[in-house]
Amino acid sequence: MSVLELRHVSKIYGEGAAQVQAIQDISLSVEAGELVAVMGPSGSGKSTLLTIAGSLEEPTSGQVLVAGTSLLKTSRADRARLRRQTIGYVFQDFNLLPGLTAVENVSLPLELDGLTARKAHAIGLKALQELDLTEQAARFPDELSGGERQRVAIARAVVGNRKLVLADEPSGALDSANGEAVMRMLVAACHRGVASVVVTHDAQLASWANRVVFIRDGRMVDQTMPPPSAESLLRSGPNQ
Amino acid sequence: MSIRHALLALLSEGPKYGLQLRQEFEDRTGEVWPLNVGQVYTTLQRLERDGLVESDDTADEGPQKGFRITAEGEDELAAWLRTPPDLSLPPRDELVIKILVAWRVPDVNVHEVIQVHRRYLVELMQQWTRLKEDEAQFDLGFALAVDAELFRLDSVVRWLDTADGRFKRAATEPAHPVAPAMPRLRRRAGVRR
Repeated sequence: MSVLELRHVSKIYGEGAAQVQAIQDISLSVEAGELVAVMGPSGSGKSTLLTIAGSLEEPTSGQVLVAGTSLLKTSRADRARLRRQTIGYVFQDFNLLPGLTAVENVSLPLELDGLTARKAHAIGLKALQELDLTEQAARFPDELSGGERQRVAIARAVVGNRKLVLADEPSGALDSANGEAVMRMLVAACHRGVASVVVTHDAQLASWANRVVFIRDGRMVDQTMPPPSAESLLRSGPNQ
Repeated sequence: MSIRHALLALLSEGPKYGLQLRQEFEDRTGEVWPLNVGQVYTTLQRLERDGLVESDDTADEGPQKGFRITAEGEDELAAWLRTPPDLSLPPRDELVIKILVAWRVPDVNVHEVIQVHRRYLVELMQQWTRLKEDEAQFDLGFALAVDAELFRLDSVVRWLDTADGRFKRAATEPAHPVAPAMPRLRRRAGVRR
């Protein structure tokens, strides 16, 4: 069973003459352990696709299944809980809560799920340790660099037993070394069995994915084939 | 890639044998640039002829013959390292030509042509990135060579994205006669043929 399945999903904003078709008839399955990148120019519908995949927004038509369940068919309260337990989000501007330390930001979703503060704190700290962020755990977001903030945001997105991590331009304003660190963290999460979708216009980030889907004017126009072994590059060599 | 100067760089660390030079060259470039042993010897002979390296006169020709850099060789290496390669003239780029041609051919969707090339480039980038994944096997020389390739391919993808956007805007704007931008550029910059 796919962790994420979009079936013929379309989204229209507005009505009449002001109507905008943001995405049109998109079908996409993402399996456990798979990292899929969605590439397209700004305004192509990539972010809309991600908010719909994360059940933050309803499609105008089509179905969205997360781990086989349509979150939109559940009650508001159940949906919020399922979303929190199943899906991790990473945004371009990190969206960390400024009044909470790094570790409190990471452990908050666990506390909301009913874990005791102490247990949630321990798990959050472990998540930060794994990402080499132990020293930053007690700092507030405004005491962290951009790269550190985004790594904390990723720790928050993968903590617990999340099945799906959705990231919208996760390295937006970061330099390429930090961008690469962010992608390595997502790849590591996928190796642990998480499914992930990353929306980006950056080919270097997208190339970390197992599969790259291209979207244009709200439609999925193409996707990459599974890459042959990288060894072929070394055998040929660019100058031979 | 100047094999000549790469060999001078390796010899600047101390005298070495031909086979050793080949091995070290491949190690330093992360085996991204394989080199055959014939290229190494031909290059060493030319360097010796030009007085940039010296060989052990006592040893026979062959893998055991040692070489060391001369003072002229060290000057040559220092000068080469600081001489920027000529990037001032736009190279004749096959992909650029294909996209410019595709735009003019009736019944060809230039966006579809762009996407074919974009997908190919991203697939290549995925292969290079796969090489980066295992950090344990990733030495500095290899990392730099792979990064260089990824940045180069990335710049081509960015150009395609920009071209895609320009064609899209051009399709919605009123047509105007083709500006003589290319011939002017060629005269000014002297595009390579």
